Amino acid sequence: MEKILDVKELRTNFYTDEGVVKAVDGLSYHINKGECVGLVGESGCGKSVSAMSILRLIPYPLGVIEGGEILFKGEDLLEVSEERIREVRGDRISMIFQEPSTSLNPVLSIQRQLTETLELHRGMKSKEAKAESVRLLDVVGIPDAERRVKDYPHQFSGGMQQRIMIAIALSCNPDVIIADEPTTALDVTVQAQILELIAEMRERLGTAVLIITHNLGVVARYVERLNVMYAGSLVETGPTDEIYANPKHPYTIGLLRSVPRLDQPRTEVTEVIEGMPPNLAHLPAGCRFAERCSFVMDQCREEKPVLAEVSEGHFRACFYDADKLI
Amino acid sequence: MTQINSFERKLVNMAEQHNKLVEVENLVTYFPIYSGLLQQKTGDVKAVDDISFFVRRGETLGLVGESGCGKTTTGRSILKLEEPTSGNVIFEGKNLIEMEGEPLRKMRAHMQPIFQDPFASLNPRMNVGNIIGEPLFVHNLAKGKELRERVEDLLNMVGLAPQMAERYPHEFSGGQRQRIGIARALSASPSFIVCDEAVSALDVSIQGQIIKLLIKLREKLGLTYLFISHDLSVVRHISDRVAVMYLGKIVEITTSDQLYKNPQHPYTISLLSAVPIPDPKVDRTRKRIVLKGDIPSPINPPSGCPFHTRCQMAVEECKTTKQELRGVDAEHWVACHRV
Repeated sequence: MEKILDVKELRTNFYTDEGVVKAVDGLSYHINKGECVGLVGESGCGKSVSAMSILRLIPYPLGVIEGGEILFKGEDLLEVSEERIREVRGDRISMIFQEPSTSLNPVLSIQRQLTETLELHRGMKSKEAKAESVRLLDVVGIPDAERRVKDYPHQFSGGMQQRIMIAIALSCNPDVIIADEPTTALDVTVQAQILELIAEMRERLGTAVLIITHNLGVVARYVERLNVMYAGSLVETGPTDEIYANPKHPYTIGLLRSVPRLDQPRTEVTEVIEGMPPNLAHLPAGCRFAERCSFVMDQCREEKPVLAEVSEGHFRACFYDADKLI
Repeated sequence: MTQINSFERKLVNMAEQHNKLVEVENLVTYFPIYSGLLQQKTGDVKAVDDISFFVRRGETLGLVGESGCGKTTTGRSILKLEEPTSGNVIFEGKNLIEMEGEPLRKMRAHMQPIFQDPFASLNPRMNVGNIIGEPLFVHNLAKGKELRERVEDLLNMVGLAPQMAERYPHEFSGGQRQRIGIARALSASPSFIVCDEAVSALDVSIQGQIIKLLIKLREKLGLTYLFISHDLSVVRHISDRVAVMYLGKIVEITTSDQLYKNPQHPYTISLLSAVPIPDPKVDRTRKRIVLKGDIPSPINPPSGCPFHTRCQMAVEECKTTKQELRGVDAEHWVACHRV
């Protein structure tokens, strides 16, 4: 399968008063053409920073992409000129952010925000772009698009705003859409609407989608492959069904067990992961999960495990015997 | 013979009455809207619109619904942090709505809130010891050495080190702050706690820890919770019974097990179907009922059943007739024409 986006050994640091925060530390993953991939992790694990790094949206000089490669159709986005990355942003790779209310410009009409991308990237004339903006709103299911396109963001509900964000992201028919927590700010019933919409758009346009989320439930149904991230790098990656059925990293196992499930009988107390994620400015030597892991061995505290294949396409970074976990 | 029977019935009634720690009767909380040059009242946000329920002693009642459905206002009205427009809240046999001043202030020691956002609900200028000790001080329950010891006990109880009393909120992570919030709520030894989205702002692994802590404390201290959240999986997990709210009204109330096995109200059914299950094999087989549109405005809620504008089973009757909660069985009440 053709890799459309290949992130290799990405490292992004933030230079703060507290020291060097290694937000992304040796992260590697890829997305195939037209594929839907999930990136799961808790807040502060570096999942959003890694997405921002792909489009070089890290605030310099506070944050610096220190190393690695981001190959988009074979072209390293970290090496290309500022002009070239601007061509890619919003055109070939677009983003949907978590909070639609803060990502839309409150003083511009929806139409202006849609036509901006169309005029910039597709070279459309004003009239043509306006017609296209109405069509796009219609596609993402905003009723009465012709009239509503003139409205401003605050006149829409959260779910509707997220639909507008999706319309903007889709406007140039990109190869990859990065959706960073697209449903976190939304209610469950609206969340279902938005996820269905993203899935439908992906099917119709053949766009590859990267869904970044902290919620293991959200991605279960939609993604083909899953990447689990902890403290700056991947701990487990593989086909979705395989990871949910046979998680092989103690962190993934803990994460799956600590969420109560609607379809299972209520158990007395859920098993939980004790402790907190490590401070990214003072990372421990060895495995980053060692402090919280119930299978920890001496080796884990000295040496950092690397991803190794446990079954076809299923990799994990752990020293403990894969068959003896659980 | 009949006399004995009626006497027995009276005893049963009394026992049942004693069993109820909190009873909410026809609670209504409206927020007036003022507009225009003269700032005249032009309408109401009908946040809570005539709801009744009770919480038994030692029980956890879950309250779920989407944002804007009035679940938080319900919790705040019960604690009288919000002045209800009408209705009664009976706590330990006393009507809180009629209370004010000193008796109300004293009553507050028995009912405490835990808030959603641990970053906004702790005073950044007070150290943890003072935050946790404040209710003890305010209610004159302890002072000096005794107060310090009690604070240390509380910190231990919520899984924090006693030395942390000297530190300030900004030095703590979200999960630790929520533990501080819990310790503060517990400090005056209340019997009733309103947890308003107490775990929603936390990460998955930390959320699990706090749920576990809340369950442990409930068992240890015999607490009664009103657990308000938008997360159905969490609510069902922690609660004995669950009430589902939509646009200021309770549409269904039942036991946690029945809620998943046998939901009756179309809104509950669609809400349950929208909750993703973290298992692709199971989740893909579930039929998802995607509701159309958004929640109508609580300023001008639909006539009749508030859900009829989005309901797939709505009939003509739903547009005009208000639905009262009707019993499917003793523990299961639904407000729908189909029941």
